[in-house]
Order: sequence, then C-alpha cells, then structure tokens
Amino acid sequence: MSTENEWPLWEVFVRTKAGLDHKHCGSLHAADAKMAVQMARDVYTRRQEGCSVWVVRSDQIVASDPSDKDMYFDPAEDKVYRHPTFYKLPDSVDQM
Amino acid sequence: MNASIRLPAAPELDYLLRLADTCLISGQRLGEWCGHGPILEEDIALANMALDLVGQARALLTLAGQRSGQCGGTGFDEDQLAFLRDEGAYRNPTLAELPRGDFAFTILRNLVLSTWLKLVWERLSDSSEAELAAIAGKALKEARYHQQHAADWTVRLGDGTEESRRRCVSALARIAAYLPELFEDDAVDAAAVASGLGPAWSSIREPWLAEMAEVLGEVELTLPEPTGFRSTGKTGRHSEHMGYLLAEMQYLQRAYPGGAW
Repeated sequence: MSTENEWPLWEVFVRTKAGLDHKHCGSLHAADAKMAVQMARDVYTRRQEGCSVWVVRSDQIVASDPSDKDMYFDPAEDKVYRHPTFYKLPDSVDQM
Repeated sequence: MNASIRLPAAPELDYLLRLADTCLISGQRLGEWCGHGPILEEDIALANMALDLVGQARALLTLAGQRSGQCGGTGFDEDQLAFLRDEGAYRNPTLAELPRGDFAFTILRNLVLSTWLKLVWERLSDSSEAELAAIAGKALKEARYHQQHAADWTVRLGDGTEESRRRCVSALARIAAYLPELFEDDAVDAAAVASGLGPAWSSIREPWLAEMAEVLGEVELTLPEPTGFRSTGKTGRHSEHMGYLLAEMQYLQRAYPGGAW
C-alpha cells in the first residue's frame, strides 16, 4: 500500500483512573479523530486499562531532534544543585 | 457425553434460547473475522464484540439450563447447551446465522442486530425474572457500543466510495428478507408477556425502525420492503448455512467430550 493511501497515524494516551494523568501507550492508524478514539478504546482498553483516552495525530507532535541529544540533555548531568535536595525542611512541613 | 441433549418443550425456555442463540450465533459469525479484518484495529474491534456476544450468550444459556431443569427436563450447563444441541434445537432467528459476507454485510447486520438487541435489553431490564434483568443491565452497555460502532461504519461506507455504497445497498437487500422474523410474535412471545418475562418481539419494531431510519437516513440509505418470504430460525427450522456453522462450532466438544484448557 502506498503511503498516500494509508490512514494517518495517531498516538494514543490512556488514563488508568480518575485523578491520574494520561500516559502514552501506543499508536494506531485511523481515518479521522472519531475513528481513532473508537479504535483506541478497542485496541488499548480491552483489559480494563483505562477510563479515558486521548488521541493526537502523530504528525502534530513536535519532537526534539535525536542528534541534539548531547547538547540538550548531557549538560544537566553534573548540576545536582538543581535538585531541591539541599534545603532543610522545617519540622512542621511533613509529607513532602 | 458427546451425545445430543434434549430439552423440554416450554415457551419460557424457548424465549430465553431465542435470545441466547441470537447472541451465540452472532458471536460465532463475528469471530470468523478474527485474522481477516480489513485492518488490525478493526480486527480487534470485531473480535471484542464477538466476545461480548458470547459472554451474553453464556449468561443466558446458564439461566436457560437451570430453567430446563425446572420445566420438567434435565438441567444443563452453558457448555452443554452451546455445543450439544442438534440444529433443530437452536432458536436464533435466521439472520444471525447467514455467512459473514463482506465487511458491508457484517456491518449492516451488526447494525440491525445490535439495535434490536439494545432495545430488547432495555425492555428486559424490567423482567419479572431478576437474573434476566441483571444480565440485561450489563449487556445493554455492550450493545450500545456495538450499535455505535456499526452506525459509524454504516455512515462511512454509505457515504464512502461508489463501491462501498453499492456493497451497502446489496447487503441491505439481502438482510431485508430476514427482518420480519425479528418482529413477528407467536405463542412464545404471548407466554413471555403474560408472565412478565420479557417483551413481545413485535413491540420492538417501531422503536427499531425509528433508530434504523436515523442512521440510514444520514447517508440516504433505506431498508427495502420485506417480501413474502419468512425465515423460521427461531422455531428451529434453519437455513442451509446453520449446519456448517454448528459443525465448526461443535467439533471440539463432540470429538473430545468435556475437553477444556
């Protein structure tokens, strides 16, 4: 099948229960948004995985370039002071 | 252990079996799409629905098997009822057993049957038989989705290409001949109404026509007028397709009695 006849690809996000966030769980091909939601339900929630689904056209996602990986992410390696672990919490603040 | 079972003649048992077998045989036909769907996602969707229908059949057959014991016959479990009856003891309307055909035929038959089942489940929620009402409550959610799935595809295919529309029109022409059986009453319906077990099938007709017209009207498709032909599956006289379906469905239990995994 040539690419131009293929249905567009959609990324599927499933929320496992109310209050939690939607997590990416896979992708599927569908002709439009309505079909994508329906198929996401059939493909990704058939074993009680979720209570809500989001779908988004894969070509609408803007991603970082893998070749930028070193420049983007490596410099964070030795910046431990960016973690909030150097603060001493007052005793009255628990559960944090 | 693999010999055919016999059921007592009782209208309430027939009423339950007509519904149970509609679910069972539709499920069997839909399951035939597994591995043959037009796309992977749809393949899974059809198999999901087949399993929903088989699940509904299991619950109804369990109930029918108990009822068989109370009607002066032997009590049976769901597997015996599903796999050890002869063709004439199945009570599904003929429409359910017709070969799966092409995708358009499957979708339109699903639309017909899921709309019909949805309306029946709604009415059965008030059944005098508490267990039947409970089964209906659970099945209703599934039937609603089946109806939506079929309705969406009906609109897509009816409003799709010249070929998809042509296939829809020819599927509807084939299906129309089998519709009267879904809406005509006999003594089984009369007994069910009298005992409060469930609605007469004729009472489903008006709401069914309205819901069908809503979906089909969206893409200017219409149901052809029924002919003089009357199918008779619900009284046990089936089409030539039923024997082949049962041969495949029953093979394992008949060849390996009690086989399980």
